[in-house]
Amino acid sequence: MNITRRTFLKVSGATAAGAVVSSLGFDLSPAEVYAQELRIKGAKETYTICCYCSVGCGIIVHTDSKGKVINAEGDPDHPINEGALCAKGAASYQIAVNENRLKKVRYRAPYSTEWKEVSWDWALEKIAANIKKSRDESFSATNADGKVINRTKGIASVGSAALDNEECWLYQKFLRSLGLVYIEHQARI
Amino acid sequence: MTNHYIDFRNADVILNMGGNVAENHPVSFKWIQAAKDRGATFIHVDPRFTRTSSKADIFVRLRSGTDIAFLGGMIKYILDNNLYDEFYVKNYTNASFIVNPRYNFDDGLFSGYNPTLRAYDPSFWALEKDEKGIPKRDMTLQDPRCVFQILKKHYSRYTLQKVTEITGTPEQDLEKVYKAYASTGTPDRAGTVLYAMGWTQHTVGVQNIRAMSIVQSLLGNMGIAGGGVNALRGESNVQGSTDHGLLFHILPGYLPTPRAQWASLADYNKTTPVSKDPRSVNWWKNRPKYVASFLKSMFGENAKKENDFGYAWLPKLDPDQDASWLNLFDEMYKGTFSGFFAWGMNPACSSAHAGKAREAMTRLDWLVNVNLFDNETGSFWKGPGMDPKKIKTEVFQLPCAAFLEKEGSISNSGRWMQWRYKAANPPGEARPDGEIIYELFKKVRALYQKEGGAFPVPILNLKWDYETNGHFDIHKVAKEINGYFLEDIPEHPVDKKPYKKGTLVPNFVYLLDDGRTSCGNWLYSQSYTEAGNMAARRKKSDPTGLGLYPEWSWCWPLNRRIIYNRASVDLEGNPRDPKRPLLRWDAAAKRWIGDVPDNAVPPMGTEGAYPFIMKPDGVASLFGPGLKDGPLPEHYEPLECPIEKNLMSNQRINPVIKVFEGGPDKFLTCDPRYPFVCTTYRVTEHWQTGVLTRWLPWLIEAEPQLFCEMSVELAKLREIKNGDRVVVSTPRGKVEAVAIVTPRLKPFNIAGQTIHLIGLPWHYGWLHPKGGGESANLLTPTIGDPNTMIPESKAFMANVAKLTKEPPKKGAKS
Repeated sequence: MNITRRTFLKVSGATAAGAVVSSLGFDLSPAEVYAQELRIKGAKETYTICCYCSVGCGIIVHTDSKGKVINAEGDPDHPINEGALCAKGAASYQIAVNENRLKKVRYRAPYSTEWKEVSWDWALEKIAANIKKSRDESFSATNADGKVINRTKGIASVGSAALDNEECWLYQKFLRSLGLVYIEHQARI
Repeated sequence: MTNHYIDFRNADVILNMGGNVAENHPVSFKWIQAAKDRGATFIHVDPRFTRTSSKADIFVRLRSGTDIAFLGGMIKYILDNNLYDEFYVKNYTNASFIVNPRYNFDDGLFSGYNPTLRAYDPSFWALEKDEKGIPKRDMTLQDPRCVFQILKKHYSRYTLQKVTEITGTPEQDLEKVYKAYASTGTPDRAGTVLYAMGWTQHTVGVQNIRAMSIVQSLLGNMGIAGGGVNALRGESNVQGSTDHGLLFHILPGYLPTPRAQWASLADYNKTTPVSKDPRSVNWWKNRPKYVASFLKSMFGENAKKENDFGYAWLPKLDPDQDASWLNLFDEMYKGTFSGFFAWGMNPACSSAHAGKAREAMTRLDWLVNVNLFDNETGSFWKGPGMDPKKIKTEVFQLPCAAFLEKEGSISNSGRWMQWRYKAANPPGEARPDGEIIYELFKKVRALYQKEGGAFPVPILNLKWDYETNGHFDIHKVAKEINGYFLEDIPEHPVDKKPYKKGTLVPNFVYLLDDGRTSCGNWLYSQSYTEAGNMAARRKKSDPTGLGLYPEWSWCWPLNRRIIYNRASVDLEGNPRDPKRPLLRWDAAAKRWIGDVPDNAVPPMGTEGAYPFIMKPDGVASLFGPGLKDGPLPEHYEPLECPIEKNLMSNQRINPVIKVFEGGPDKFLTCDPRYPFVCTTYRVTEHWQTGVLTRWLPWLIEAEPQLFCEMSVELAKLREIKNGDRVVVSTPRGKVEAVAIVTPRLKPFNIAGQTIHLIGLPWHYGWLHPKGGGESANLLTPTIGDPNTMIPESKAFMANVAKLTKEPPKKGAKS
């Protein structure tokens, strides 16, 4: 999990130096590198891959001693992006550091005009009961021709290309065990 | 993608058509630039001048929805001027194959059409076989019924003049592109194509890509470094979510979903692709091993040979049932479903004809919405035009972890499976999706254990044991996907070596159809082996010098970085392009050197096999008898189009598309109220419906609101000034936007008629930011490609007018 960040800074510092020297006449790069280091000094580095388009750029996420995300930048060792990121990838740490993230389970009762916060246990149990009710009411063992179909007509699912591979596989396993056939996601649209 | 992102740098000519690579896949442009730095030509063909066009050596415009006409003209140009790769065409494509005499094409229709069913009988297009069942061939390519001659005849109609009339692309622009791209028809030149939703989101989407596949096969550009047909997919793991079967028609690894007419596993296996040709590998012949191993991964010890490995417990589709997206929302609209999961999705903005999708959700009893941020789907009940007090739907909104808050892998368009580590905890009570799925199923199972219910067998028998020390463990799922041996195997049929029960299989070649192996997805087998987690590898060796990086992450299948790579060598196994040696046969050692060969059989000149191992005939299909709308791409107009008559034939629209009629589904073509061609697209600063970008301060500041681009000429016609607020409308809905009047868009001359184009990004929605604008999908129609049912969001008819009324006040219902 460790990369030679110092080596990277040397390289990027050297690259920056060319531009700085030519415009100002003296070399600012050591100061820049120092300033850059202060921001992420002692930070833990974690490898990830960008969540947006399908290019698959490598990102290094920096977290402070309390585990808070403080920075994210292109992984210089990654052969596809070689340290570069687009506007979205460069802003991606704001997904983690964002006041608007959903932090609690929310529930909207039938005909209600508002959300209310509920516990995971309560929500999962109620969803499970809903699944069972919909499934039991709409399950067909056979079709009009008498062929075995073991299918749940009353539930559909869309999602998701935003899940990891392992989650996608697990999700299809879950849905197919319930008897769903209306299983779709982003790839269709 | 057949190839991968870094491989763009190996091309001599790069064609980006049906996409906007600089805008939507920005970092990949690094490799286009690397090719340009080497002297490559970069071509962009698009209805709009975009960031990509600004970097192109050649940019030409075409009217949205006319790509087949454009590419049909290219096929004719290549054939007329003998610019195809003759060796490749004869040996690696079905050009020499003989088509049966019932094949015919007349005035826009192929033979076998049934107008009542609006469907073809594809047996009319079958290839002729000899008494042994091997396809008949004429290696001189002279037989009038051989594919090559049929191709020639079909595309002889796509003259420059005709193509110009349809596309609006001037003849000299067409020739410029054709000449540049056709220059890659020699073995020492490589041409690649990059496409995206600009090709798929049409009622002829699959045939758009088929047309380019024909070009690539004629020019010998498939299976080579710097070549291929490369889909620039829109989402970080849409490749993986497709591979893992989150679609109605496929199980993980592209195994067809069981249907009612295949009552037993034996019936299902009867549909396994067959080839009688000893020179065709026909890799799909191994499908029964993958199905049996998949069923073991689903039901574990409960899947036994005597119960068909639990095959009957999987839900079955009816014989012709299509449960794809547009049908799903049509059924929801009719009230078919009581429950619905919108997991990591925002269909209230992403669905074509989003107004119908929103209305459909009011017919549900319950909805589960899992996301990082609030979105227009979870909060649909308080959206524009909705009265919460009249909406019965119970909604659960579950907060989930973001990509950097959990561990797992994703697969990019180049099929690279890359592992991500957890950097931080999710905020508040948010949890990783995998954990939510895992815990939810346990609750459902507990209910069935306690209360019984409708056919509880698959639920009770499901293998669901992915925990370590009482916590969900993603590595256990990753190993389940890779697969393992279920019994000691003293002498494996593949390599005669012993394998121990419980050890991970080295790769899918070791899977068996007798229940002794388990594997969640054969295509990902080799991704997590006894050697470790292959997706997490970070070794940057590049032995071929072509940028394959075989020890960086892992790619399917078998870590093969370029698919169909044996098409890059001659009959003796020597690279046809010595500058880009992807593979080479070492005759002394009897093995291939370079990329992982597709597959390890000797070269064709010895006792080897054809290179296209996933095709039953082993060769690339110039003539493709497997699609619903014909064996050759033919130009048809979009469902909504600006001209009364298709200039190619009397079939205005694709004759087999399913037209949704009645209720909210309205279409108008050549109607003066909706006179402009409209298209939708994306910008760099946002992503999809904007749920993961509209809430990010930097990105929403950069692109704060919906806009509508239009030409200077159209703006003048409609008395609209740059920055004016306008309303864009179709028979389905309307959105307000800021006008961007720009010379980047130009009117088209279509057979003497001036046709205007407008376009809007689809990243916005009513929820956030306030006043940022609505989803452009309120405008798009419910109509899909007949093969994929991907909606036609890239070409429909709309009106644009200056907004005269004041915009609604904050918080007011519109």
